[in-house]
Amino acid sequence: MITTDICIVGAGPVGLFAVFEAGLLKMRCHLVDALPQIGGQLSEIYPQKPIYDIPGYPTINAQELVDNLLKQIEPFNPGFTLGERVEKLERQEDKSFIVTTSENTQIRCKAVVIAGGLGCFEPRKPAVERLEEFEGKGVAYMVRNPELFRDKEIVLAGGGDSALDWTIFLSDVAKRVTLVHRGETFRGAPDSAEKVAHLAESGKINLILKSNITKINGNGHLNEVTIAGADNAEYNINADYLIPLFGLSPKLGPIADWSLNVEKSAIQVNTFDYSTNIEGIYAIGDINTYPGKLKLILCGFHEAALMCQSAFKYVFPDQRLSFKYTTVNGVNAF
Amino acid sequence: MTLIRFNVENRDGSVQELEIPDDMSLSLMEALKASDYNILATCGGMALCATCHVQVKEGLSKIPEMGDDEIAMLDTLPDAHHDSRLACQIRINELIEGAYFKILGIEHE
Repeated sequence: MITTDICIVGAGPVGLFAVFEAGLLKMRCHLVDALPQIGGQLSEIYPQKPIYDIPGYPTINAQELVDNLLKQIEPFNPGFTLGERVEKLERQEDKSFIVTTSENTQIRCKAVVIAGGLGCFEPRKPAVERLEEFEGKGVAYMVRNPELFRDKEIVLAGGGDSALDWTIFLSDVAKRVTLVHRGETFRGAPDSAEKVAHLAESGKINLILKSNITKINGNGHLNEVTIAGADNAEYNINADYLIPLFGLSPKLGPIADWSLNVEKSAIQVNTFDYSTNIEGIYAIGDINTYPGKLKLILCGFHEAALMCQSAFKYVFPDQRLSFKYTTVNGVNAF
Repeated sequence: MTLIRFNVENRDGSVQELEIPDDMSLSLMEALKASDYNILATCGGMALCATCHVQVKEGLSKIPEMGDDEIAMLDTLPDAHHDSRLACQIRINELIEGAYFKILGIEHE
């Protein structure tokens, strides 16, 4: 079990800056992020885009801002758990929390700060009845272990790059691969689209265009999908597995079940200290909401500073906080 | 300043004509949000989340063509149509005067 003062959910710019503000008050931090790298949206989505509204920087590339923030928090030696989604939060008798991730990493902390930005990116699901019933029983949204599909009948659905790439890859593994795409053409990577067309011509895969999956069937495990073409006529094909690949969409995720007050997918906070309705849990950055909220990195930085002044009372209940400027005190590492 | 008029069909089928000024450099997504439509717009207009997905039932040919980001995002959607667009990528200007948009993106949880 990892023990720390503050567990920060989300390693984007606001979560990173919270480590700095916490460090000035001698509070140690551990960050958890569902993405495999540090930086949140900035690194994942637009690393090379310039940002123009960071005070003191007329322009800075998103990744450069992340790198600078990492350098800024280096003296405070934060811990990181990456590629794991925060799942569970349990309050202990001594009022501390235990945060558990999707990979069962546990973090014991005195305060929790949710700096989750857009939320975590989850697979977009098509509107097909009984889909959730067969999740883990033939319906998979990603290919974790290709061996699972060896000598099986696989149906993939989607028209993006990942649908093309996995069709090509699985054509060598599975007994039969069928790719169902609602469009007539693929606008993704031309190389992959060409390869898929070749595989279809040579009969190695079954390519079904201008069609959608409308139903799925099975008895305990998936065994059949129903496909409708442009004329809406339906027919069934055998399927051991269905892999819908319709990209990722940001969702609040398991945090939505933590009994926090949520409004329009954002966590309501008190602007006095960005605390939530649950004592010891704060929300800062794009994931929170309050009257006048602006989703700006610089607002998240401000929220991080005020949050830390308040979180101090959970980390050091017996101490009085005295505010000190870095220009007077410097940055004292630990 | 010119008021741009266009029709919006909500998820419940109700249709309303909106009048939006063309001098505020708004996207259609921003105009819909400002008009109290339930649109998530999680990514803030970067063509990354598709929660502002709309179908252009009238006036599609006049609207500037899609950029690569928008094409890539629409390609991944399970429910995209030939006339699908992302509202965040459509500007409020004279080119959408008289157009008809149907809201498709997911609502708030």
